[in-house]
Amino acid sequence: METIKKLILEKLPEAVIEDKQPLCVSVEPKQVHLLMETLYNNPEYNFDVLLKVIGMDWGEKLGVIYFLTGSKDLFAKEIVVKTATADRENPLLYSLTDLYETALLNEREIYAMFGIRFINNPDMRKFFLNEDWIGYPLRKDYDGAPALNPMKVESKEIQDVTRRLTEVDGKIQEERIDIFEVDDYIINIGPQHPSTHGVMHFRTALDGEIIKKIDVHSGYIHRGIEKLSENLGYHQILHFTDRLDYLSANINRHCLCMCIEKAAEIEVPERAQYIRTILDELTRIESHLLGWAAQCNDLGATTAFVYGMREREMILHIFEKVCGGRLIMNQNVIGGVMFDIYPEFQKEVKEFIPYMREKLIEYDRFFSHNVIALGRMIGIGVLKQEDAVSYAITGPAGRASGWSCDVRKHKAYSLYDQVEFKEVIRKEGDSYARYLNRLDEIAESLHIIEQLIDNIPEGSFQTKTKPIIRIPEGEYYQSVEAGRGVFSVFIDSRGDKTPYRLKFRSPSMSLVSAMPLICKGEKLADFIGIGGSMDYVIPDIDR
Amino acid sequence: MNYSQPLELSHVTAWLDEVLRGAMPEFWALLIEYVLIGVVLLTLYAVLALILIYAERKITAFFQSRLGPNRVGKWGIVQSVADMVKILIKEIIYVKKVDKVLFYVAPFFMIVASMLTFGAIPFGQGLQVVDFNIGVFYVLAVSSLGIIGVLLAGWSSNNKYSMVGAMRSGAQFVSYELSAGLALMTMVVLSGTMQLSEIVESQRYCWNLFNGHISAVIAFVIYLISGHAETNRGPFDLPEAESELIAGYHTEYSGLQFGFFYLAEYLNMFIIAAIATTVFLGGWMPIQVKGWDTFNQIMWYIPSYLWFFAKAAVLVFISLWVRWSFPRLRIDQLLNLEWKYLLPINLVNIFVMVLLVLSGLTLTGLFPNVFGN
Repeated sequence: METIKKLILEKLPEAVIEDKQPLCVSVEPKQVHLLMETLYNNPEYNFDVLLKVIGMDWGEKLGVIYFLTGSKDLFAKEIVVKTATADRENPLLYSLTDLYETALLNEREIYAMFGIRFINNPDMRKFFLNEDWIGYPLRKDYDGAPALNPMKVESKEIQDVTRRLTEVDGKIQEERIDIFEVDDYIINIGPQHPSTHGVMHFRTALDGEIIKKIDVHSGYIHRGIEKLSENLGYHQILHFTDRLDYLSANINRHCLCMCIEKAAEIEVPERAQYIRTILDELTRIESHLLGWAAQCNDLGATTAFVYGMREREMILHIFEKVCGGRLIMNQNVIGGVMFDIYPEFQKEVKEFIPYMREKLIEYDRFFSHNVIALGRMIGIGVLKQEDAVSYAITGPAGRASGWSCDVRKHKAYSLYDQVEFKEVIRKEGDSYARYLNRLDEIAESLHIIEQLIDNIPEGSFQTKTKPIIRIPEGEYYQSVEAGRGVFSVFIDSRGDKTPYRLKFRSPSMSLVSAMPLICKGEKLADFIGIGGSMDYVIPDIDR
Repeated sequence: MNYSQPLELSHVTAWLDEVLRGAMPEFWALLIEYVLIGVVLLTLYAVLALILIYAERKITAFFQSRLGPNRVGKWGIVQSVADMVKILIKEIIYVKKVDKVLFYVAPFFMIVASMLTFGAIPFGQGLQVVDFNIGVFYVLAVSSLGIIGVLLAGWSSNNKYSMVGAMRSGAQFVSYELSAGLALMTMVVLSGTMQLSEIVESQRYCWNLFNGHISAVIAFVIYLISGHAETNRGPFDLPEAESELIAGYHTEYSGLQFGFFYLAEYLNMFIIAAIATTVFLGGWMPIQVKGWDTFNQIMWYIPSYLWFFAKAAVLVFISLWVRWSFPRLRIDQLLNLEWKYLLPINLVNIFVMVLLVLSGLTLTGLFPNVFGN
């Protein structure tokens, strides 16, 4: 890290570097782009993954926190870059879309939530919110009075116009850009559509059956979870995480619990770690099963869909017996887990493992080599590795593009450093690679569970915590490998019983942001198939 | 050789004809018969659809390790009747901005097309309404009328999903009609006639499927594939691909109008099976072996319509099996399959069949004592 520090100071002598973990660099807005370019092209370790883009309202100043790492060895080195502007009326920062594609949607989200506009961003519309929304919800001085933004009953035409800010000779210019051409045949896929896996909205320009362009709209089920969290105690925030990516409910909650435990220095008993990890892996199997089933359904194989649901039901049954919840488990709490495992838990899980292995073979025979299925998946929706990195696509989809991005391997948490498992990586990057990855990861998860299930230590399953937890001042990061990729939590605490700012990184948002790229030129039917292979969950995007 | 056929329905029809003609002038007798035939056909149409819907739901359920309908009546037998009643009393939603006339006419095209085909199908001995001498040709011509309904529905709905669905349907139908037609023509070459009754009669001792061996089997497979495609059922259900086009051309329809499309889909499935049965599998003709009179007599005790429906049921089952095992093709793959594979194979196949028939290499040609009529 010393060399990197030196490199930064060489290029930008006025940068403020704070020596903490991770390294934190603060620069003026004008210099952010230069700094990022330097880090991006750093010969020793390319910081080419923009994992998180976090909008911030520090009171006086508005700004952004960028969390960077490199694709070559994820999390080997991490840098946090901060920038801020004092202009609250018309805050302007510089866009990073030319370096990191993932910045596009994230900057649009920050525009909607904080009102910060980004110069050179090619599509400066609000994401999640309507253009005419009054106020910026995540600012501290936001007025949430319902009268300001009343519920509208009349329908409104979608304006396919965007703006771009450019800087010419120090002056900011604003230009209007039409998203579609005049005679494009535009079809709305969503928000009410059986195959968008939720309330997602793709405005799609078609040329016959071929997709010319996709414009992503989201926010139909945005619940303002990050804003809500700012007024709630840490125990109360926990249950929101289950409602983000509801298929990785337990894993998401695990992440937030770990972040708070790390910050408040709460020790978690060994038994709780085991229970958490086993349940995480069961959740992953369940999530991948649903992903597999839904993908088959998107390709028109309804029978395969039912098969996937059949096996998933067994896991849900185990969950129900553990904690009473099936989808939304609410099992992890700060300091451990809510309930101890029931007496036959080990026996039932051990019965499930061989059963599931048998079923994996059945899936393989039934669907994986079906001639039509192969024709619908091989070579379709190819995502190159550099694009996966640029869009920060992690999880099975990122690994299908040849990018080793498993948090469990690169930054092991909980018990993952004690178990042996393979990271499933494929190079093809097409729908079929993503499909096979998901099935192979089920097998790996079974292998992990197998190693843990017999060794659950005796002892307490929960450390008693105070009803109100105060986290010491500071910024805390925690990442986990959820069903769809890197899920992470950022907490900015001011020492209160509520967080000053809480941000969730949504793996699904990255997946969706790449859809316009990989679907371009494909057929309409394949758009649905590719969507199924990416397996995004909408409530995860609309936080 | 005359066999006793105690359960044939033709006894009833002949008796009825006799009674009517005896009681009134010929004109009135015929008029009453026409009306009766119409009513019977309509009823058969509705009842068949109900049975097919129930069968599909139940069989699908077993394929998918579910139970299927099991609440209304024993094993859910009355379920489809209940569904029918529901659909009859459902409100027809009047959609604004549709092309009114075409929108309401479209379902009738579908239903009329499959109705008309019914008239020519020989359900059993003497159970054929019209026995055209160009029966095969008529069936092909009439069943293709249905596509007009699909196109109209897609166009008039003023909905882009419907439109895409209808356009796909158009492309698919026109393409696969070719294959279906050519496959049937291959069999016409073999039978030497287009009259359905004669085609059935010619298969007394040897089904066409075996008679034309290689060529006939190829034609049979091609006919099943293209028939599947024509009925818009999986894996060829692109026009209504629910995962991308919601419900395709009938997205905007509700109530009875939707019911018409639904009904027509199931009946078309049956019609394809029925034609395949008639042309390839000996139609209503019981299995018979030359010289085995006792065996033949036993076979004839089973009435001909049962033979017909049983054979058709097997084909319907195959259709369901395929539908619930395969994912959906994409439109370009679908057209590739037709134009690059099925059509060339078909053209060669028809030529091979001509050679087989001319050189007497069919089974009836080779072994006239065993298989010849």
